[in-house]
Amino acid sequence: MGDMSLTILLGLFGLFSVWPLIFIINNAFKPLNEIFIFPPRLFVMSPTLTNFQDLFIVIGNSWVPITRYIFNTFFITAVGTLGSVIIGSMAAFPLAKYVFPGSKTMSKLIVYSLMFNGTVTALPNYIIMSKLHMIDTYWALLLPSIGGTLGLFLMMNFMVQVPDALIEAAKIDGAKELTIFWRIMMPLSRSAWITLIILSFQSLWGTTGGGVIFTEKLKPVSYALSQIVNAGIARTGVASAVTLIMLVVPVVVFVISQSNVISTMATTGIKE
Amino acid sequence: MASMVISFTSFNMLEAPSFVGFRNYINLIVNDDIFLIAVKNTLFFALITGPISYLMCFVFSWLINELTPKVRAIMTLVFYAPSISGNAYLIWKLIFSSDMYGYANSWLLRLGFITEPILFFDNKDYVFPILILVQLWLSLGVSFLAFIAGLQNVDKTLYEAGSIDGIKNRWQELWYITLPSMRPQLLFGAVMQITASFSVSQLSIELAGFPSVEYSGHTILTHLHDYGFIRYEMGYASAIATILFFTMLFTNIIVQKALRRVGA
Repeated sequence: MGDMSLTILLGLFGLFSVWPLIFIINNAFKPLNEIFIFPPRLFVMSPTLTNFQDLFIVIGNSWVPITRYIFNTFFITAVGTLGSVIIGSMAAFPLAKYVFPGSKTMSKLIVYSLMFNGTVTALPNYIIMSKLHMIDTYWALLLPSIGGTLGLFLMMNFMVQVPDALIEAAKIDGAKELTIFWRIMMPLSRSAWITLIILSFQSLWGTTGGGVIFTEKLKPVSYALSQIVNAGIARTGVASAVTLIMLVVPVVVFVISQSNVISTMATTGIKE
Repeated sequence: MASMVISFTSFNMLEAPSFVGFRNYINLIVNDDIFLIAVKNTLFFALITGPISYLMCFVFSWLINELTPKVRAIMTLVFYAPSISGNAYLIWKLIFSSDMYGYANSWLLRLGFITEPILFFDNKDYVFPILILVQLWLSLGVSFLAFIAGLQNVDKTLYEAGSIDGIKNRWQELWYITLPSMRPQLLFGAVMQITASFSVSQLSIELAGFPSVEYSGHTILTHLHDYGFIRYEMGYASAIATILFFTMLFTNIIVQKALRRVGA
């Protein structure tokens, strides 16, 4: 195994990884006659913005104004993300730095809860939300996301790394728990909560509210866009434009925050 | 937890749950042929995508780690992008489109392998492999990032110490130094990949349709989706969820045990 063959392998799989994305970018800028050309071509020959213009026309005619969908997504993403950071970090601090009855069990439970993801919990979530009479409100999306454990798990692992000596020193200086949390833990775990923001953002950004939100006015923008995509073959070009828009935002957010995410992941892991 | 309790009841969201003991489980295993197909598909799927995606995460993060920081950042994005691309896997629907405008069909036609377009999603021999391919494409997610981070944090002095202690080649270095140093990330990654490979549902529903041809893309989770959100038989659906959860838990425990032996 030479370095050369490794590089080729990496390049090949890199290509496998990005080429559908290249495809979508190209498709978004193709005029209609190029989309249905035979044989199909990967690269666009005469790029146009028609698909995006069509998208705006479609959006402009929708029954609920698009601004309302956009507001819903921003509201859900902002509140959900903020909530996860606040609840996640406040729960992570005692779990990481204090020993209290049940703290070990709780940490274990959090690891186990990583083992089931959204679709498995969708059912109990639905039942709980309906018992709380929160179906068809923002809360049905917000509460499960705020209570998500992946972020809490990351925060917890990051906070364990903060030296105990710092906390001791603060205590000697007369700081209360809340001050320690706010003035010491939070600034030091900056990259952890930035990661939490990213993960929470990514999951909330793409949510369609399926199954828990039924009122059209409360639905997020990804739902509205998926309706456009589902409209069939005549909107193939518009669908690509939509996918591109939905894709660009999380990618940009990730690029901006990549180094923070990596440094958080370094402390992540299941300790023995 | 609530799910487990409900799994022992008959509950349709309108009437109060009534206790039915193990009847849901018995019905699932004895009377529900489709559930057995779903179990078979899910296990098969997890058995293939789980290990391969885990290895992919590791091998690529390991290769990327040797690059210069700038190239590394770009390659990280390249591999990570599919998993954050949301619904972008719908692109695969266009690629495997069943008429001659689909990319896969058009190439095969031009290369002369086939004489008429293949109906990829209407033939049960194709559905499963395509789902696996797309799932692998999506699978370089959080665990991939965790591995990159873990590799970057391996103490460099350990390698020097290792070469004094008689470590000869890169493979020994990997086995005795690198892997043990990033064991927490390896365990974390295993949990994430196992969960992902067992919980394929949306992918199958969007690509192969629901229900898919001869249930070829039917998994435990699409079965759960059917009973939970279409038929609203919550008790039965909860029983499915409980079975799935214990399957994942069991797999996790075994894999964690195996991973603790790495480099030992």
